[in-house]
Amino acid sequence: MNDMTPIVTAPKDWETDQEVRWCPGCGDYAILKAVQRTMPEIGGTPANTVFVSGIGCSSRFPYYMETYGFHTIHGRAPAFATGIKLANPELDVWLVTGDGDGLSIGGNHTMHVLRRNLDTQILLFNNEIYGLTKGQYSPTSREGTRSPSTPFGSVDHPARPCAFALGSGGRFVARAYDVSKQLPDVLKAAHAHKGAAFIEIFQNCIVYNADVFAEFTDKKNASSHQLWLTDGEPMLFEKGAKGIALDREALQLKVVDVVDGDWQGAGVIVHDVKNRAVAHMLVEMRFGPFPMALGVLYDDPHPTFESAVVAQNRELSEGKTPDLQALVSKGQTWMVEKEPRTE
Amino acid sequence: MASAAHTITKAEATAHPPAEAVVVRFAGDSGDGMQLTGGQFTLSTALAGNDLATFPDFPAEIRAPQGTLFGVSAFQINFGSTAIETAGDAPDVLVAMNPAALKTNVDALKPGGLIIADEGEFGDRNLAKAKYDANPLDDGSLAKWQLMKLDISALTLEAVKPFGLGKKEALRCKNMWTLGLALWMFDRDRQPIVDWLKAKFAKLPDIAEANIAALNAGHAYGETAELAGPMQKVSIAAAPTEPGLYRTVTGAESISLGLVAGAQLAGLKLFFGGYPITPASAILHHLARLKEFGVTTFQAEDEIAAICASIGASYAGQLGITSSSGPGIALKTEAMGLAIMTELPLVIVNSQRGGPSTGLPTKTEQSDLYQAVYGRNGDAPLPVIAARSPADAFDCAIEAVRIATTYMTPVMLLTDGYIANAAEPWKVPDMAGYAPFPVSFMTDAPGEGEAFMPYARDEKLARPWAIPGTPGLMHRIGGIEKAEGTGNIDYAPENHARMTEIRRDKILGVDVPDQDIEVGEAGGRLAIVGWGSTYGPILQAVRRARAKGLDVSHIHIRHIWPLPKNMAVLLRSFEHIIVPEMNTGQLKTLLRDQYLVDAKPLNKVSGQPFMIAEIEAAIEKALA
Repeated sequence: MNDMTPIVTAPKDWETDQEVRWCPGCGDYAILKAVQRTMPEIGGTPANTVFVSGIGCSSRFPYYMETYGFHTIHGRAPAFATGIKLANPELDVWLVTGDGDGLSIGGNHTMHVLRRNLDTQILLFNNEIYGLTKGQYSPTSREGTRSPSTPFGSVDHPARPCAFALGSGGRFVARAYDVSKQLPDVLKAAHAHKGAAFIEIFQNCIVYNADVFAEFTDKKNASSHQLWLTDGEPMLFEKGAKGIALDREALQLKVVDVVDGDWQGAGVIVHDVKNRAVAHMLVEMRFGPFPMALGVLYDDPHPTFESAVVAQNRELSEGKTPDLQALVSKGQTWMVEKEPRTE
Repeated sequence: MASAAHTITKAEATAHPPAEAVVVRFAGDSGDGMQLTGGQFTLSTALAGNDLATFPDFPAEIRAPQGTLFGVSAFQINFGSTAIETAGDAPDVLVAMNPAALKTNVDALKPGGLIIADEGEFGDRNLAKAKYDANPLDDGSLAKWQLMKLDISALTLEAVKPFGLGKKEALRCKNMWTLGLALWMFDRDRQPIVDWLKAKFAKLPDIAEANIAALNAGHAYGETAELAGPMQKVSIAAAPTEPGLYRTVTGAESISLGLVAGAQLAGLKLFFGGYPITPASAILHHLARLKEFGVTTFQAEDEIAAICASIGASYAGQLGITSSSGPGIALKTEAMGLAIMTELPLVIVNSQRGGPSTGLPTKTEQSDLYQAVYGRNGDAPLPVIAARSPADAFDCAIEAVRIATTYMTPVMLLTDGYIANAAEPWKVPDMAGYAPFPVSFMTDAPGEGEAFMPYARDEKLARPWAIPGTPGLMHRIGGIEKAEGTGNIDYAPENHARMTEIRRDKILGVDVPDQDIEVGEAGGRLAIVGWGSTYGPILQAVRRARAKGLDVSHIHIRHIWPLPKNMAVLLRSFEHIIVPEMNTGQLKTLLRDQYLVDAKPLNKVSGQPFMIAEIEAAIEKALA
């Protein structure tokens, strides 16, 4: 058990014999393919890999991965993952959740798994809608979303998954979208990060919320509306014609024009994945005036929860023999030598 | 300073001959340290060889406003030279540290019983807070009891003067002064308390010495006050006990120990997921200190996460355990359904308290039986075991682990606030006498062309436990209905019907020992059928009734679900059945439903345990 010798696998080794039950054209198919393509590249071992999910369309994911899989209950996947990882820290644990599962009913657990920094990859498929329950608005739906439960438009403010993750103490925050070519790279970076790695994956629900991300995912919009971040590289988009700089007076980000490739002259920021302050600005960057920040926004490892638990368990057990008889005999005891009333 | 306000007459005295057992209740403000006083008195009593039972009764508020009626904290101990099964009906001695403590407790005191009151606390302000118009120590309203009023506050201040403590700190020693007096009254050794104080205040030697001085002063006071009249030294002989090593144990301790023992017998590491809740937290506290036994404790973000993490740990090959109390158990319900569906071992400990909702967090009740047996969506059976006493909880915990791992099922272990907090002497078990029930994980990968069947079954209908990390056994589980054998998602009507039946039959097939009779015959005019912490009062009431020649037997059920196989025959062999419960009749309903017997309820839902006399009266009425 837990044989950690790396084995060579191919993407098809990670496919199950189960019939995939997502709607035709669902963005989940692309994500599944990306994950199955990534697993051999990171040297994954099916027997040592566990996919844990909650409830919703995204949470069917484990059934299609030839690994250990646990399709749990709505919103609670992080808690199951915590128990699994504490019981066996050698396992490679992946969490699959959605915007409703992870940020509405399970928001509390998402917060705590990030705060504790359990070593797991959290794939939050954000389609800004409840798909499996037939199209109600979700906590990430934009204001005014018309849905069966909000026929006149939703009135509440949406949650921002990456801002939530960072605010919860997350040490790895990334963004990608279902059909993006870079998704496997983002998954690899998440896996390489020791600790809770949070990835918001924009996912197109073609039935209930089609094309809601088209403004930046459509090929014609990609260049002008996608800002792919690379550690050590300047934050450029629109084929290098624009960049992100810091407005030093307002202490906020701004879009600047880059003339003749002189990004330094335009004050474009060089991405530093360990810069938490800039990460906070990136996750809050409003789409529209700004491009959508994609890739690894923040990556600064910190000791993990399970390693701390294991270390404390080990330290406090060291040199002690677990003697059950001694344990039950502890405390203030007394001996009854003979039946006191026998005459 | 001491004065007897009332001396009992000869007639009163002979009406209450020297008892084989004495009930003492310490009552004071929640900041007066009454639980500590009671706990230490319990220890000294156990060391003196008496059998005993205790009942801690404290408010839900941590520091309720001083002197108020709702801030009263009490600790009752019943100890004697015969077998003690309950904390006692009515106290013989009441120690009242302030007017509120007197007011809320004095009506329980036996006529002719002794009140020891700290008159230093009976000033106008405290009297007003306790809603007394006149000082009860002076107005004759306590005439049916013996009254000993002492200015314990002043006596304590005097005793600890040499240690130069501030007034507030000095007054904190009042409980030790009172304990000293109680130790004198019952001829108890002070040394264990002195040792305990020295250890407790090792870093604050002045405080330790001041407390010891207060303890000694209270004791010395008893010796001199003996002359004053009502305060009599009482000698209680040691109780008949089997020879062996003994210790005191609370239910929370014994459950923790039993769970650890169960995990060891199963050959598993133990994972405990918990969330703070009264009165269940004590189990988390105990287990958090036992890391060398392969115990991992996880204080989760909520009750749901606590059970889910435990199920996750079971899935990964440890013994998952979670624990809570009524409202927290309610939150865990959905996850229990998943554990039933995925057929993973899990132990859920419910330390019941008064409900519904937040209810009475620190008071006891047995009102979660329906919740345990029926309280889930879908047809979701799981075994339910109920502990009857702190000592019994140890074996119940082991039994819960055995069933959970043998049958791959969640098991509910019911205890209650009374059992969790109460202490009783416990003959230390010989662990060599417990047969191990080692778990074996599935490790054999299927042959070429064969598929692993995660929902195949053994002769007990249990499915294999194949844990992540095992090559060749990758499989997926979840809450959606499973196909028999393969475990694949399957919504087919006939499959769901079959799987529902399998889940039911697996639990009904759990090997539960036949029900025995505690006292009496396997048939006759009347059976008193109980479960859980009503054990003590039922047993005593039945014994007393039988001593009067009444045809009554006591049956006490440990296995609430599935019920013992001989239960039908057993119950039908009695003309009458009474089921005393601290709820409105939940076991009664279960028995009526299962056996179509005319079980009659006897209910108490005041947050207080049954008194022996209440059950005795019901027996007499039924057989009249």
